[in-house]
Amino acid sequence: MNWPAGGVNEAARRATGDLLQRALHLDGVLLALLALLAGIGVVVLYSAFGGRIEPVHDHLTRLGIGLGVLVVAAQIPPWRLARLAPWVFGVVLLLLIAVLVAGQIGGGARRWLDLGVIGFQPSELMKLALPMMVAWLMARGPLPVSLGRAALAVLVIALPVGLIGAQPDLGTAVLVAAAGASVLFLGGISWRLMALMAVLVSAAAPVLWFFGMQDYQRQRVLTFLDPERDPLGAGYNIIQSQIAIGSGGVSGKGWLNGTQAHLEFIPERHTDFVFAVMAEEFGLLGVILILAVYLAIIARGLWIAQEAQDNFSRLLAGGLTLTFFVYCFVNIGMVSGLLPVVGLPLPLVSYGGSSMVTLLAGFGILMAIHTHRRMWSS
Amino acid sequence: MSLDLLRDKTGERRVVRGRLLVAGVIATVLFGVLAGRIAYLQIAQYDHFAAQSQDNRVRLAPVTPTRGLILDRDGRILAENRPAFRLTVIPEQVGDMDALLEELGGLIDLSPEDIDAFEEARRRARGFQEIPLKLQLTDADVARLAVNRHRFPGVEVHPHLTRHYPYGPVASHAIGYVGRISESELRDRDRRRYRGTSMIGKTGVERAYEDRLRGEMGLERIETNALGRPLSIIDREPPVPGDDIRLTLDIELQRVAQEALGDYRGAIVAMDPRTGGILALASKPGFDPNAISRGLDREAFRSMRGHPDQPLFNRALRGRYPPGSVVKPFLGLAGAASGHIDPDETIFCNGRYHLPNVSRTWRDWKPEGHGHVDLIQSVAQSCDIYYYDLAYQMGIDAVHDWMTRFGFGLETGVDLPGERTGIMPSREWKRENLGEPWYQGETVNTGIGQGFTLATPIQLAASTAMFANRGAPVRPHLLDTGGGEAVEPPLVEPLTLDDEALWQIAIDAMVEVVHGPRGTARAIGEDLDYRIAGKTGTAQVIGIAQDEEYDEDAIDERFHDHALFTAFAPATSPRIAVAVVVENGGSGSATAAPMARRVIDAWMEQLEARDELARGWR
Repeated sequence: MNWPAGGVNEAARRATGDLLQRALHLDGVLLALLALLAGIGVVVLYSAFGGRIEPVHDHLTRLGIGLGVLVVAAQIPPWRLARLAPWVFGVVLLLLIAVLVAGQIGGGARRWLDLGVIGFQPSELMKLALPMMVAWLMARGPLPVSLGRAALAVLVIALPVGLIGAQPDLGTAVLVAAAGASVLFLGGISWRLMALMAVLVSAAAPVLWFFGMQDYQRQRVLTFLDPERDPLGAGYNIIQSQIAIGSGGVSGKGWLNGTQAHLEFIPERHTDFVFAVMAEEFGLLGVILILAVYLAIIARGLWIAQEAQDNFSRLLAGGLTLTFFVYCFVNIGMVSGLLPVVGLPLPLVSYGGSSMVTLLAGFGILMAIHTHRRMWSS
Repeated sequence: MSLDLLRDKTGERRVVRGRLLVAGVIATVLFGVLAGRIAYLQIAQYDHFAAQSQDNRVRLAPVTPTRGLILDRDGRILAENRPAFRLTVIPEQVGDMDALLEELGGLIDLSPEDIDAFEEARRRARGFQEIPLKLQLTDADVARLAVNRHRFPGVEVHPHLTRHYPYGPVASHAIGYVGRISESELRDRDRRRYRGTSMIGKTGVERAYEDRLRGEMGLERIETNALGRPLSIIDREPPVPGDDIRLTLDIELQRVAQEALGDYRGAIVAMDPRTGGILALASKPGFDPNAISRGLDREAFRSMRGHPDQPLFNRALRGRYPPGSVVKPFLGLAGAASGHIDPDETIFCNGRYHLPNVSRTWRDWKPEGHGHVDLIQSVAQSCDIYYYDLAYQMGIDAVHDWMTRFGFGLETGVDLPGERTGIMPSREWKRENLGEPWYQGETVNTGIGQGFTLATPIQLAASTAMFANRGAPVRPHLLDTGGGEAVEPPLVEPLTLDDEALWQIAIDAMVEVVHGPRGTARAIGEDLDYRIAGKTGTAQVIGIAQDEEYDEDAIDERFHDHALFTAFAPATSPRIAVAVVVENGGSGSATAAPMARRVIDAWMEQLEARDELARGWR
C-alpha cells in the first residue's frame, strides 16, 4: 500500500517534533492541511461577503472554537470512546426524538432543540455518534461482519436517519446515513449484501418519493433533473452557480472580481454555494488546488485508519474520513450541477457554526486515534 | 479478553485495510469526476457561461424617445409633450402584490383599468422591469408617495413626458390621441421598438404618422445586481426623437368649422382644391383628447362610446349619408357630357314625375313645381323632376359610371385611418349586396342622391374639389409635405370632357345656387364680395310615403332630414372646397349653407390678410 500522505507524514513529524503528537495528541500533517483549507476558506469568504470583514471575524472565532473542541476531542483515548459509544448514541437518539416532539421550528423544519441558553441541532452530534455506535457494534464481533450483526447495524443506522429525515433535513440525513454505511462498508460487509441493499434502496425510492418526501424536496430533485424547468425559481440556484463556475474559466476572474458573486447572482454564496464563488474567482486552478487539499485530508484520514491499533479505531477513523469525503463530494457535486441540491455546506469553508464544530471534533477523534497508542498492542 | 485473543487480528486488520483501499480508490475516482465536471464547465463551456455571466450582469434598458410635435400649417402646436409623473413597480421587489396595490390604492386613486393594464404589462415583462401602474400622478399624489416611500420597496415615481393637445377638443378627430398600447397593437408591430414606451397613437394623425412621430428607442446598458437594481450605466445609445409633423390644417379655420356646427351632429371638411390639403376637418360632437391622454377611467370611456351622439365617431371620414341634391351638378354635367341633355334645353316641371307604365308618383320638393328649367336653373333651384328624368334617360349603368368618375362610391385615400367608403349603387352592386335585380324606380331615386346612394363628407369635399378643378382629382391629406402635394397620387383618374366648356356651365349653375335670384342658397349670397359656387342638399332619413307631407314638427328630431352643402370659392379661381353635412339639420339651404359660408368667409379673410389671393379674384 502506497499512501500518498505517508511521506508527508514523516516529514511533518520531523518538522514539528513530538510535541504535537506526544503532549497535545495532535497530528501535525492533518492540522497543517486543515489550516491550509481553513485559510483558503477565509480568503474566499472575505470575497463572498463582498469585502466585509466582520463576518470573517465571526468565522475566525468559530474556527477558534472548533480548534478548541478538536484539541479536547484529541485528548480522549479511543478505548474510552469505545466504551462511551453506546451511551452517547443513546442520548443523541433521545435528543433527536425530543426534537421531533418539542423541537423549535426553524426554516420550515424541526431541527433545533432549545436548551434554554443555546439552541443546537442533535442531528449534528449524530454525525459523530452514529459512526461511533456502528464501529463499536461491529468491533464486538469478528470481521468481516456477520450477517446478523450487519442487520443490527443497518437497524441502528436506519433509526437516526429516519428521525433526521422526518425533521426534515435531507442533507444531514444523507450524511449520517453515509457515516453509518461507510463504517459498515469498512467492516467488510459482503458485496452481495451491499448489492441487495442497493436494490432495496432503489425499490424504496418510489415509496420515499410519494410518501416520505416533502414537496420542496421533490421540487429539488425535479429541478436537479432539469434546471431550466424553473429558471427563476428552484432551478435558479443551479443555473446561476454553474454560470459562476463556467465563467471563471481556467484562471478565474480574480479575487474580489467575481461578478456572479458580487452582483449577488449566486444564492447562498457564503454558505452552501461558496464553492461557486471560489471557482468563479480562482478558476480551474483554484478548483484543483482545493480538491487536492480535500483529497490530501481524506488520504491522511484513511492512512490514520489503517494505522490504527484496533478494529473500533480503524472503523471509526475510516468512517469519519469517508463521511468527510461524502460531505465534500455532495456539496461540490451539487454546486457544479452533478447532484441535486441538498442543503450541505462545503466543509470547513462555508460560513456557519455547528457543522464546523462537529467536523473539527471528528478530526480531533481522528487525531486521538492516531496519537493514543497502547504499547502492548503494537 | 480471552475470546479476543482467539480472534484472527491480522486477518481482521487485512479486511479493514482492503476496504480502506477500495474507499480511497473510490474517493479518488469521484474527485476525478468532480474535477472533470468542473473542467468541462470551465473549459469546454467557458464561452457559453462567460456570455451568460455577461448577460446576467448587463441589462439593456430602453430609453423612450420624445414624440414629435404636431403643428398646423402656420406652425402652431397642436400636440406637444408635457412633463408628468408616473408610478412604476418592480414586481420582483414586492412581497405581497395584492397588499401593495391595496395600500397604494389608499394613498392615490387607482382605477381598475390601471390595475388591469398593469397586470397585462406584468405578464409580458421580463424579470426585474419597472412596470407602469399609473401614468399621470397629480402633484398631491407625488407628495403623498414621497412621504410614504419607505413603505413601498420596488415602487418608484418617475418623471416622463405625456401628450398634451393645447387646442383640446377643437381638432380632436383630425389629430387623434395617444393611449396605452394594447397587446393586439403590439402583435402587428415590432415589439422591440415599443419597449420602454406604453403609449401609441390610437386615432387620427397620431395613429397615421405613428412611425414618424414615435422616433427610435435609445438603449442604456446598465450593470445590475441580481435583484435588477441598477448599479451603473455602462454606455448609452441616445434615443432619436420623433419627427415633428406639419399639417395642412389651419387651426383657426378648424375652430371656425367646429363652432359653425354648433350643437348639431355633423361634419365639415374644407380643403385646398388645388392640392387636396385639408384645411379643416370638423366632426361634432367632439371629445377632449387630453382627458383620454390623461387616462380615462373605463366608466367614462364607456359612456363616451355608448353615447347616442357617438362623440368618438369621426363623422368626416366614417359617417355615410345620402348625399341628396348635392349630386345634381355632377349628374347634370354627366348628362350634358354624355349627350343625354342639352344644357340650354328646358323641361317643364309641374312637381310630379311618372315613369311609363308605373303608377307611382315621384314628387318634387316644391309641390307646385319649378316650371320651365334648363340645366343651370335645375341646379340653382334644385329641381328634382329634371334629375328624375335625366337619371332615367341615362340609365343606372351610365349614372354609376359617371358618378364613380367623380369619386362617388370610392375611397378618397385620405391619410387618416378609418375612412369608410360610400355607395354609388349599380346593378352589380345590388345583386351582390342585396341579391335582387335593379328596378327602374331606383334609378329615379338615384338621380337625386337618394335611394341606396351614400357618401362620406370627406368624399363629398374631394369630389367638390375635383369639380372646382374642372376634372383634376385630388387626394385629400393632412400632412404638409412642403410642396403642397399629397404623398400619394389621387385614387380617381383625371376627367377630361370632349367639350370643356361644359365645366363652365356646370360651375355657373353652382354659382347661380348662391348668387342667382332663385338659387336655393341665395340667402348666403347676400353681401358677398366674392363668388361662391355651391349646392344644397336635403336628404331624407326616412322614407315618406308618396302622399304624405313631411312635417318637421311632428316627427322626432332624429328623423329630421340631413342638411348638406357643398361649395367652393372663389368660383373663378377656387382656393377652398367645402362639404358640410348636418345630421337631422333640416334643410341644406337653411342649416348647412350658412355654416359653409362662415368657413369660406373665414378662409377668404385669412387669404386676404396674407395677401395671397391673386388680383382680380372678385
